[in-house]
Amino acid sequence: MKEQLQKDFYNSLKNLSLSQKDIEIKKFCLDNFIDKGFPNKKEEDWKFSDLNQIIKNNIGELSFYNDQASTNKVDTSVFVDGLEHNKIVFINGRIEKIDFEYEKKDQIEIIDQSETINEFENSNSLSDLNNAFTNKCFKILVKKGYQLAKPLIIYHTTNSKIWSKNINLRLNFELDKDSSLRLIDLFNDTSEKNFLNIFYNFELKQNAVLKNYKVDKFENKNIKYSFNNIDQDKNSISETFILSSGSNFSKNEINCNLNGVYASAFVNGVFSLNNDKHHEIRSIINHLTENTKSYQLIKSVLEQSSKAVYQGKIFVNSDAQKTDGYQLSKAILLNKESEFNAKPELEIYADDVKCSHGSASGSLNEDSIFYLMSRGLSYQQSRELLINGFLLDVVEKITDSEIKNLIKNMLGIKE
Amino acid sequence: MDNRQKEINNLKDYKYGFSTDIENIQAPKGLNEDVIKFISNIKKEPAWMLEFRLKAFERFKVLKEPDWQKPKFPKIDYQDLYYYSAPKSMKDKPKSLDELDPKLLETYKKLGIPLQEQARLNGIAVDAVFDSVSVATTFKDELTKQGIIFCPISEAIQNHPELVKKYLGSVIPTSDHFFATLNSAVFTDGSFVYIPESVRCPMELSTYFRINASNTGQFERTLIIADKGSYVSYLEGCTAPMRDENQLHAANVELIALDDAEIKYSTVQNWYPGDQDGKGGIYNFVTKRGLCKGKNSKISWTQVETGSAITWKYPSCILKGDNSVGEFYSIAITNNHQKADTGTKMIHLGKNTKSKIISKGISAGSSDMTYRGLVDISSKAKNSTNYTQCDSLLMGNKCGAHTVPYIKNKNSESNIAHEATTSKISEEQLHYCQQRGLNPEEAVGLIVNGFCKEVLQQLPMEFAVEAQKLVGISLEGSVG
Repeated sequence: MKEQLQKDFYNSLKNLSLSQKDIEIKKFCLDNFIDKGFPNKKEEDWKFSDLNQIIKNNIGELSFYNDQASTNKVDTSVFVDGLEHNKIVFINGRIEKIDFEYEKKDQIEIIDQSETINEFENSNSLSDLNNAFTNKCFKILVKKGYQLAKPLIIYHTTNSKIWSKNINLRLNFELDKDSSLRLIDLFNDTSEKNFLNIFYNFELKQNAVLKNYKVDKFENKNIKYSFNNIDQDKNSISETFILSSGSNFSKNEINCNLNGVYASAFVNGVFSLNNDKHHEIRSIINHLTENTKSYQLIKSVLEQSSKAVYQGKIFVNSDAQKTDGYQLSKAILLNKESEFNAKPELEIYADDVKCSHGSASGSLNEDSIFYLMSRGLSYQQSRELLINGFLLDVVEKITDSEIKNLIKNMLGIKE
Repeated sequence: MDNRQKEINNLKDYKYGFSTDIENIQAPKGLNEDVIKFISNIKKEPAWMLEFRLKAFERFKVLKEPDWQKPKFPKIDYQDLYYYSAPKSMKDKPKSLDELDPKLLETYKKLGIPLQEQARLNGIAVDAVFDSVSVATTFKDELTKQGIIFCPISEAIQNHPELVKKYLGSVIPTSDHFFATLNSAVFTDGSFVYIPESVRCPMELSTYFRINASNTGQFERTLIIADKGSYVSYLEGCTAPMRDENQLHAANVELIALDDAEIKYSTVQNWYPGDQDGKGGIYNFVTKRGLCKGKNSKISWTQVETGSAITWKYPSCILKGDNSVGEFYSIAITNNHQKADTGTKMIHLGKNTKSKIISKGISAGSSDMTYRGLVDISSKAKNSTNYTQCDSLLMGNKCGAHTVPYIKNKNSESNIAHEATTSKISEEQLHYCQQRGLNPEEAVGLIVNGFCKEVLQQLPMEFAVEAQKLVGISLEGSVG
């Protein structure tokens, strides 16, 4: 893999006009990655999902070079109907379009930040890979007091032109004081067996509100990794919803730092898996100052030999008195081959806190099925009704009603 | 001063901190094959036992000290320890208690462990382990009548080799982790219990461990076998003198329950925790594992962990037999600079297996405590259930309480439920108690005892009283 990485790295450098210093930095990141390789199960955070092995089994040899010169045609058929929205279109690893047509142009600034590199806490060798190979990085700055009129949808599209490739994406968002942003990540892949490596960084200033919905619904054979770093100032709110369903393998990581008082973070997730899919959500909520709040709810429905993993951590610093942290993960295993693993973790250094977590996994409740069947429903109908209700609970947590309906439709959930 | 206050003052300092001045025989310092041969030789062990030890030592040489645990400690120099230390008077084993060194008897009297016949009113059979050897086992005759074997493991190796050979290392193999393997190579003594078929052991069996000599590691090995349909309740207590340096205690405990058998294992661990600044104290790195081998068998662990500078142990159950049950009840209290990383593993392999985990952690002062546990339901363990509850209580903002559960469910017909909470003693509760005339310390004692009640109930009577007192004393000075 080493030769391949180096060859592809120098090929991609040719397309970029970088200063000597930037090349040095990128090279340093590349060497770091070569040194560490893909994360494997020996690392505690990857204990349940051995990415190195998964890539080896599903993709085999990856190539890292992406021809950034040729543009891709934007396929408008993938766009969401019935919801007016701003767009960022990202095709085969290339940002094709950034369009804030519904917004005041002077309130949003798009800054090219390609030369800066990411350094996150709690991250891994994949951030080095990302730094080494991303060619463009934009920062989207929402100015003070501006609240976006329409949601922003980022279309992550890959098509059959690429295979066995590593695709990297990096975006930074800054939400200035009193601003707000609704962001939907929509994955739409018709390609096969690529490895997507996505890093987002969010900076929320005082009173800012971020709502991020990640929707991976369409069946595809790709392997995805996504890392969200969220830094929150006083009174800010972040809401993350993850629908984890379509890809062959997917891991979503959320690292949230509650730096300001009264900041709050919500992470909700649904795993709806079948076949051999293997998905994971890992969240780390760092309560770093007093009076902060976090709430997490993850529900899984697992069919065939699918596997879901939830690793959630609530960290409470010794200064973070009056913290309120809650975390619940529930799973229904529908097949004897399916598997649910959880590691809900609490690390607490302050005494005046209220932190709890719960985790439950098991089969569908036979009594409930009996109850419904005795009222005339078929076995299949009762089963669907119960699963519907089980998942509805999480979807109802979405605070934006427009998007809630969109996601309900996608999941086929009825009220 | 009321009685309780007096009692507390009496116990305020670690009351078992004295050391006994007694002549010792020690193995040469360091760890090598010669030392292992020395231990084996002095114990007059058969060749297969020496082979077992050497095999473990071979494995030990390639193992690395694990470093994933939360409490970090300075590197231990394994060559700077004595692996065998015994009172000189034990060289030619005394035939009866009358021949026992009076100093030893005195020590155990001070510890409140009655070894002499006349003091045996409380009906508990005791095996006392002093540094590396077992010094006395009481109530032997009565137990022998029922066919129960309760003796030091060194005796069992000679008198019951077929049992030891069959079961030793069957739950904790010689190729296990670092400390377990070290123990397999150099273990010195410990207890051996065999309960024959369909016998209900008439009394509580108990071992009392004491580290006396300085610079000595204690490596005891306990093996308990409950044959079909039998029942035994086993207690374990430990103390050590106050010393400035850290001492290592790495024991292995293996339990085997055959069809319909039940083993109840209770521990009150009160090794010297170090002084208020965290100097000295015991490193308690123990491997405890039970195997529910037969169907309908049951193993229950109860532990009260109040001592040791660092406690690092996970009493586990392997639920292999169908319908077997594993239970784990734990109270861990850390104060001053103590650190604990403890919990359990429940490995469900058989059908209809059940496990229950109740863990209560209390941390005060500058201490740090972690519950770390694993619940693993394999794909064949149909219809299994697990219930886990871990609650932590924090006192002050210099301490830490952490929960790290690993939950694996590979069977759709099995259910796992896990709950954990972390909180502090509420002002209202304290106020309520104080209003009714309790002083703040008594109020905290009362609330903490209530918090731990679910676990304390599981202890045998005699231990429960002691444990209740210990809970109060361990938290001394942590309020106000």
